[in-house]
Amino acid sequence: MKNLIRNFFIAGRQVLIGDKTYYAWIAFLSVFILLGLSAYVDQLHRGLITTAMRDQASWGLYISNFTFLVGVAAAAVLLVIPAYLYNFKPIKEIVLFGELLAITAIIMCILFIMVDMGRPLRVWHILPFIGSMHFPSSLLAWDVVVLNGYLAINTIIVFYVLYQLSIGKEYKMSVIGPLIILSIPWAVSIHTVTAFLYNGLSARPFWNASILAPRFLASAFCSGPAIMLILFQLIRKKSDVEIDDRAIFKIAELIAYAMGLNLFLLGAEAFKEFYSGTIHSYPIEYLYFGLHGKTALVPWIWSATILNITAFFLFLFPRTRENFTTLNIGCIFVIIGVYIEKGMGLIVPGFVPDTLGEIYEYIPTTSEIVITMGIWALGAMLYTVLLKFAVPIYTGKLRFEMKEQKSYKASPS
Amino acid sequence: MQDKKTPERSIQRRTFLKGAALGLAATALPSRDAEASIWEAFFQKHFREMSEAEIRKVIGRLEQEYEQKYKKKITVGIEKPLPGVLFGYGLDLSRCIGCRRCVYGCVDENNQSKDPQIHWITVLRFKKGEKWVDLEESEKYYNPSAVPEEEYFYMPVQCQQCENPPCVRVCPTQATWKDEDGIVVIDYNWCIGCRYCMAACPYGARRFNWTDPGRKTEELNTETHYLGNRPRFKGVVEKCTFCIQRTRKEPGRYPACVEACPVGARKFGNLLDPMSEIRYAIEHKRVFRLKEDLNTNPKFYYFFAYGG
Repeated sequence: MKNLIRNFFIAGRQVLIGDKTYYAWIAFLSVFILLGLSAYVDQLHRGLITTAMRDQASWGLYISNFTFLVGVAAAAVLLVIPAYLYNFKPIKEIVLFGELLAITAIIMCILFIMVDMGRPLRVWHILPFIGSMHFPSSLLAWDVVVLNGYLAINTIIVFYVLYQLSIGKEYKMSVIGPLIILSIPWAVSIHTVTAFLYNGLSARPFWNASILAPRFLASAFCSGPAIMLILFQLIRKKSDVEIDDRAIFKIAELIAYAMGLNLFLLGAEAFKEFYSGTIHSYPIEYLYFGLHGKTALVPWIWSATILNITAFFLFLFPRTRENFTTLNIGCIFVIIGVYIEKGMGLIVPGFVPDTLGEIYEYIPTTSEIVITMGIWALGAMLYTVLLKFAVPIYTGKLRFEMKEQKSYKASPS
Repeated sequence: MQDKKTPERSIQRRTFLKGAALGLAATALPSRDAEASIWEAFFQKHFREMSEAEIRKVIGRLEQEYEQKYKKKITVGIEKPLPGVLFGYGLDLSRCIGCRRCVYGCVDENNQSKDPQIHWITVLRFKKGEKWVDLEESEKYYNPSAVPEEEYFYMPVQCQQCENPPCVRVCPTQATWKDEDGIVVIDYNWCIGCRYCMAACPYGARRFNWTDPGRKTEELNTETHYLGNRPRFKGVVEKCTFCIQRTRKEPGRYPACVEACPVGARKFGNLLDPMSEIRYAIEHKRVFRLKEDLNTNPKFYYFFAYGG
């Protein structure tokens, strides 16, 4: 027990140690978190009328961010597959940082759902046993199961590995091996279930397309790894963690294939919608060309399309993907491109025109944007703090003490 | 001039501060009863999982809360579905003149928020001769000096009380369900406000309380039903219930929109009763239901009683 407390303090101290950049970064994030929090208090007090959502467009920026982040969380698996199944050493070493990102992304997802709820205190109604979870009928109930399950799996893997390392032991594959194998289909499932959440609604032709789940997965396998590539470079620069260039280039190559698939699926959907040209094509028409003079999303989606296509070529050619300048440009293009395409570009057209043909153009309010930025800042802070533990343990600088426990066992009084 | 104003302003400010302090004290230190009531409300069970006695207790608490809030006695009924009843609705498009009396008759009856306005009925206007299946050609905010207009026709839309309701299927907490008499209802004390049902509804029938519903005490209908027109809260979804507080309590009584219609375009009755008006309309007129391709199987029938 004494040991546990001491180790807790050893670990806790980590958060406080840092250089000036670290403190500045935490302060910078805190500002956004506090701003977001104050906007959220106002939203709680006045209701969701502080957002631009209305009956016609009943989901907006929050659900868009949720959708994008589920993809980011799912993409951690992209690293797990080659690392463990093909035993590709350079990536295996850094899977841990991908799993930490998955944990962060899932927590952000849960926060985005919470701020979108009209009655957040009643969240327990959705839980099994104590509430009345509508399982298996409601896809939202499925999402609760798979997202929390995914969070649990990744948390167990990460903390087991870190704990073993921190006491100077090798982690046993016999312990986490099955969990890692399980996490692969599970990652696919979180994004598939989230796609089905929209996919199953016959009232919304834009979402009611069977290509939706494959498109979700393809785009997630672009944005998630792109975020990780940037993070790996930062971690490598800021700490003693060694990340092999080969790992980075391999991941970049995988992004190229995923983006190629993503663009192909987009093309397939665009062909079907525009060539058949039925009344169910109005939402995609609104998205790409505007409808009845309402064109809010048009510049965004074309930017996203151009960014995605450019990034595809940047990652496709070995010369540009193995050059860190073009590689990073490609990563940023992918992140912005997919954020638009799988965020607002996916959610808003589902509601335009609405089911009775009305065109209500949703443009988020400042309050919504401030809350959204607050959650992103909180996510960034969480990831930073997680790294503060994970990096020194990983590099061997932080070790917990286990001596006392042994001596205690050896001499019972 | 400024000198004169200053003391007055300071007094105002002082009274204001005093009021604010009292108000804060009231929220920060609720009386024991109020606190108990908050906890009771928080831990309230799902409506269909409560025993008769538990429901009675909840109704007592709600009536007390409403009385405190609105300074008026409001009765909350819990009438169950009547055996052998399946409600159905008919709307004669050849008669509708687009006057929206149904819209406001519904608001008067069902205690919707008036600020901001919440309507359960939407009347769509179409230009004669234009396609109208896709609804995208419709106008919701038409505002002529007089109705009906020569070159237009109208189609009111409200909850279609589907036999296969997509909104019920998607609700993650079972806060909305289809009762035995076919009415799709919501437990406003169980709804978490996720609005998945609104995304799922093909008829735009569900409304969300984006803020605290604004309704003056003198405008309140005090005869209410737990699953119907009782005063709602911020952050929950609501919708048409075929005036459950009327139609379940007094069999044969019409919903408010049926009564409000000046041209008799609205029909209502028991689909299981072969002699009912609604059965007559379905059996003798050309009826259609909205978006039949979605297989929601609405119990809301549009028909044309005469040509034109």
